[in-house]
Amino acid sequence: MLAKIWDQHVIAHLSEDTDLLHIDRHLLHDLGGPRGLLDLKGRGLKVHSPELTFATPDHAISTAHGRADTSRIGQELLASLRAETSACGIQLFDVDQPGQGIVHVIGPELGLSLPGCTIVCGDSHTCTHGGLGALAFGIGSSELAHVLATQALIQRRPRTMRVKFEGRLPLGVTAKDLILALIGHIGAAGGTGYAVEYAGSAIRDLSIEGRLTICNLSIELGAKIGMVAPDETTFEFLRDRPYAPKGEMWEQAVKSWRALPSDADAAFDKEVVIDVERIIPQVTWGISPEHVIGVDGRIPDPRAVEDPARRAAIETALDYMGLKAGEPIAGTPVDWVFIGSCTNSRLSDLRAAAEIARGRKVASGVRAWVVPGSENVKRAAVAEGLDRVFTEAGFEWREPGCSMCLAANGETVGPGQRSVSTSNRNFVGRQGPGARTHLASPASAAAAAIAGAIADVRTMGR
Amino acid sequence: MPNPFNKLTAIAAPIMRSNIDTDVIIRIERLVGNSIRGNLGKWAFGSLRYLPDGSENPAFILNREPYRQAEILVTGPNFGCGSSREGAVWSLQEMGIRAIIGSGFGDIFFANCFQNGILPIVLDKAIVDSLAADIEAAQGAGRVSIDLEARIIASPSGKRHSFDIDPRRREGLLQGLDEVALTLQRDDEIRAFQSADRDARPWIHFARKSA
Repeated sequence: MLAKIWDQHVIAHLSEDTDLLHIDRHLLHDLGGPRGLLDLKGRGLKVHSPELTFATPDHAISTAHGRADTSRIGQELLASLRAETSACGIQLFDVDQPGQGIVHVIGPELGLSLPGCTIVCGDSHTCTHGGLGALAFGIGSSELAHVLATQALIQRRPRTMRVKFEGRLPLGVTAKDLILALIGHIGAAGGTGYAVEYAGSAIRDLSIEGRLTICNLSIELGAKIGMVAPDETTFEFLRDRPYAPKGEMWEQAVKSWRALPSDADAAFDKEVVIDVERIIPQVTWGISPEHVIGVDGRIPDPRAVEDPARRAAIETALDYMGLKAGEPIAGTPVDWVFIGSCTNSRLSDLRAAAEIARGRKVASGVRAWVVPGSENVKRAAVAEGLDRVFTEAGFEWREPGCSMCLAANGETVGPGQRSVSTSNRNFVGRQGPGARTHLASPASAAAAAIAGAIADVRTMGR
Repeated sequence: MPNPFNKLTAIAAPIMRSNIDTDVIIRIERLVGNSIRGNLGKWAFGSLRYLPDGSENPAFILNREPYRQAEILVTGPNFGCGSSREGAVWSLQEMGIRAIIGSGFGDIFFANCFQNGILPIVLDKAIVDSLAADIEAAQGAGRVSIDLEARIIASPSGKRHSFDIDPRRREGLLQGLDEVALTLQRDDEIRAFQSADRDARPWIHFARKSA
């Protein structure tokens, strides 16, 4: 599938393994977008294809009601995103408008992200869009300027890996748990240099939102590209989305998308098979997403590890996280719960969390936030009363944005405080200087909020 | 446009912890704003380099002589994993780093290095580990040499290792090529592609809200 999409986008072969690729969708956000557009202007260049470029503020805006706490710099970035996109004829999905939201939530939701298209954005979680069968990856500022100026990008063809998730999801296990388990299995560099295609019966059975979650964490595996072959589930998801093709053009598009999946005899440079039925809800204990265990597990003991580098890595992680080797991870008290981010802020994520929260109360001393991924997700959740389920349980219901996933907007977990988060990175200081992050699924995060500690969601089902 | 890179002989500092992510290289709040460049060097590795009270952490290698003068980093596995923030490369560059030798890098960080004239070199982990040991044995006093044209590095004790590099990227670094300018020379090809593609895949090019 990678080769098919890649070959369709080659403008020029530059060397044996490097091509100039056409970029079908360039997504801009408030953190890198204004800088890129100003950079281009400074060089006396124009945006090559504004009709293929779309923008929304997500990283630096406050998620407080009325965007009340947006920092001065955040406000400046928003003003400059508005001014520069307007000057270049780039469509902006602005705050409070349907369409605004985390860039990796709105692309699929609006039907901007489509199977077989190339999508880039100055954000490493652009791999998310691969859940629709797109070839999508994150780029830095220089490549961003290159795409603005040329609508093309110079790329080396990656190696290919197929990961098959086989079997039926056990109780309490979600897409988030599958991908965390994979990262634990092959490591945070296990996918470096590869484009990963996720396949197998468990992927076929997953909703598109689940597939987006799986692909989102590809970069935490080291792979900047993750993808799932488009199928009927994909087409049903996209049909009638605002920017998806309609009528005859839709039929034509679906016909071409049906030809995208890998052929039965396609060869991959690496293959991994995961038995889904052996996975239980996952939670991270350390400072890399590969530091992950089942929620019934114990915190690793560095003394049991022979390799000195690995032993030191575990010691460093336990020291930062304030955890004791050998203790059960469940029961670890938490201060914060964050439900949101491009990983897990879609309607199905909020429903799963609300299912656990309904009729219960957030434990005293715990602050729990729900930050919907987009204005449309927010409105849909409100329409089915999820906001009230959360607020009645003691969660704070906020406005859409990236928020506490990376704390670029000043929304942080305090130093030394412990957070269970549905986001994608438990790096040192990711949610704020000194913050201790445990990654988990939305249902597991809601369970932690209620229990006031890391908890096994399977014991809290209905 | 990046500065050309050809040869470098310089102090090298081993930072061997695995999975040093780009959040650790530069914190996000240093990157919020349109005019951030030029002030990032002092914030590189902030959480390792400074104690909570803001003073230097004497235990961190880049706070010690002679490593303070390092222009080369020798790194553990998966250096630069995580976020696509090019500010990670800018911050290293602004603190004087010109080359990084490691057993593996985050894919996006790796690409960002070339865009800024920084040379990332991938070598087997055993070689990287022995290079780090060699540097530590000389207490940093010995220098590491890199010859990009010849694709060879030499350790402080004189051990030489050849390295592989994509020939296109090598050429780009040697000449300090500006990719944007080069691609713009192909604008006719880009527009011809788009013109044909509008017929083949009109849904890509005429995405207009319709519901």
